[in-house]
Amino acid sequence: MLRFIGRRLLVAIPTLFLVITAAFFMMRAAPGSPFDGDRKLLPEIEANVLAQYGMDKPLVEQYANYLVGVAQGDLGPSLKYRDKTVLDILQENYRVSLTLGLSAIVIASIVGVSLGVMAALRQNGTTDHVVMAVAILGVCIPTFVTAPLLVLAIASKLGWLPTAGWNDGALANMVLPVTVLALPQIAIISRLTRAGMIEVLHANYIRTARAKGLPEGLIVRKHALRAALLPLVSYLGPACAGLITGSLVVEKIFNLPGLGKFFVISALQRDYTVVMGMVIVYAALILALNLVADLLLAAMDPRVRLA
Amino acid sequence: MTLLAPDASTRMSLAAAKGRSLWDDAGRRLLRNKAAVASMVILGLLVLAAVVGPFLLPFAYDQVDKEDVWMAPLSAGHLLGSDALGRDLLVRLLVGLRVSLAIGFVATLVSLVIGVAWGAVAGYVGGKVDEVMMRFVDVLYSLPFIFFVILLTVTFGSNIVLIFVAIGAVEWLTMSRIVRGQTLALKNKEFIEAARAAGLGRAAIIARHIVPNLLGPVVVYVTLTIPAVILAESFLSFLGLGVQPPMASLGALIAGGASDMELAPWLLVFPSLVMVLTLMCFNFIGDGLRDAIDPKDR
Repeated sequence: MLRFIGRRLLVAIPTLFLVITAAFFMMRAAPGSPFDGDRKLLPEIEANVLAQYGMDKPLVEQYANYLVGVAQGDLGPSLKYRDKTVLDILQENYRVSLTLGLSAIVIASIVGVSLGVMAALRQNGTTDHVVMAVAILGVCIPTFVTAPLLVLAIASKLGWLPTAGWNDGALANMVLPVTVLALPQIAIISRLTRAGMIEVLHANYIRTARAKGLPEGLIVRKHALRAALLPLVSYLGPACAGLITGSLVVEKIFNLPGLGKFFVISALQRDYTVVMGMVIVYAALILALNLVADLLLAAMDPRVRLA
Repeated sequence: MTLLAPDASTRMSLAAAKGRSLWDDAGRRLLRNKAAVASMVILGLLVLAAVVGPFLLPFAYDQVDKEDVWMAPLSAGHLLGSDALGRDLLVRLLVGLRVSLAIGFVATLVSLVIGVAWGAVAGYVGGKVDEVMMRFVDVLYSLPFIFFVILLTVTFGSNIVLIFVAIGAVEWLTMSRIVRGQTLALKNKEFIEAARAAGLGRAAIIARHIVPNLLGPVVVYVTLTIPAVILAESFLSFLGLGVQPPMASLGALIAGGASDMELAPWLLVFPSLVMVLTLMCFNFIGDGLRDAIDPKDR
């Protein structure tokens, strides 16, 4: 177990290193200086500003400095918000994104698993067809279509829910964004659950359980579901990546003060250090979640060997 | 002696059996799939409309008309209405669809070329080369790639060529894994051995036995990659990082529609419908192809 974690970390570190390197050199290859504004800076002032950010040194030295900084958890200063560091910005904005993402994944898991099990138990029945049709729609309709359409219908026309804003995480403000984030995940999770359930229900040990005379509900809950949910655990990593991407759209549309919105604004404003810092943080997050998913899978499924 | 001289009836059955190749079978199965056939028809019409449509309309996609702003659908001249600048939505929608489809096809082609070459070399050469090449893919796989595309468009400014290349370079990873796995599986199959034993050359084995079997999963994955690429481009355009106005793409139109939806809901609804319809068609065709080409999964 420990050896497995160690080995995975050994792969994760070069990956992160690659991310940081790619991000750094991409940023430096960009045409123009990040300080090009409406007014052209005087040469002396520009030299001063560059010196202040350490950008007058040779490229290799800057790269080394950045690497050392990242290793110490310092992602550098923001180029647009002169008095803030990238870490400050991350700290100020992560809460909204975390709340949204966690709520979405919990709701998507509950709804998706229930739908998937219902569909699998009535394979080729009406319920099954309806659930699968919904799942196909959920995969084909992107968040940037569902979000504005739901706002238009439910918030603007019907006036049931607020159209945008965070309002300190009031429930009414969270319903639409969480729904939009959860829908595609519900679609994927219900498909995965259905496929897993159908396969497991044909397994020999389920037949044995039935032969013993166990009630069907118990078989489904205790015997089948445990095995059928295993593919879901390995989907955890990609799901979180999907949620992070979705949060970019959702936070923009609902005007929520989270990381996703800040990322897009920084990208549009060419605030290089912030964009780089966030890419690195997101990459680290996804790597960590993939590791957690693998460990969970191994803990739940004795057939999986950690190697 | 009789064994070596088959009678007329067996010779006839051999001839009859020869008429149905793998692809004939797949084609027949595909045509029996109603959802896939309907999707092909709809997609064909959409492609035709996107290619030819703009030439038949009396407007240009960037033609501003101060008189005809915020026209509702079905009003004079503007079948689907017009936007805040009086630009005709129908022509913008068709041009946007054309841009989205073009990005979908070209970026998929980029990913196809890189992915097949990478995967086939890794699978065929094997050993250390295979290990290094696939470890590289593993490393890239664990990255949140859409963020790299964003980083690319941020640093180099968004132009369409960059979007083609960036998205294509992102999507080849899965393709290379599929191709490698398939090549590995085929390399040691009995029918390859039989062909080799029968004296067939290496090139003939690859052309006649490996490629047709490789083609199936690749074709399926290609039809599923195109909508993924269209989605990625639209995602970027929606965030304002992709196709820049006055050029249109489905994502850019949806983004514009979303910001004007209170005033002019049609600007949001029609592009969204076309987007969903296109994605669904590709997905149904992909699923249909998978069922048709690989009957094992059924």
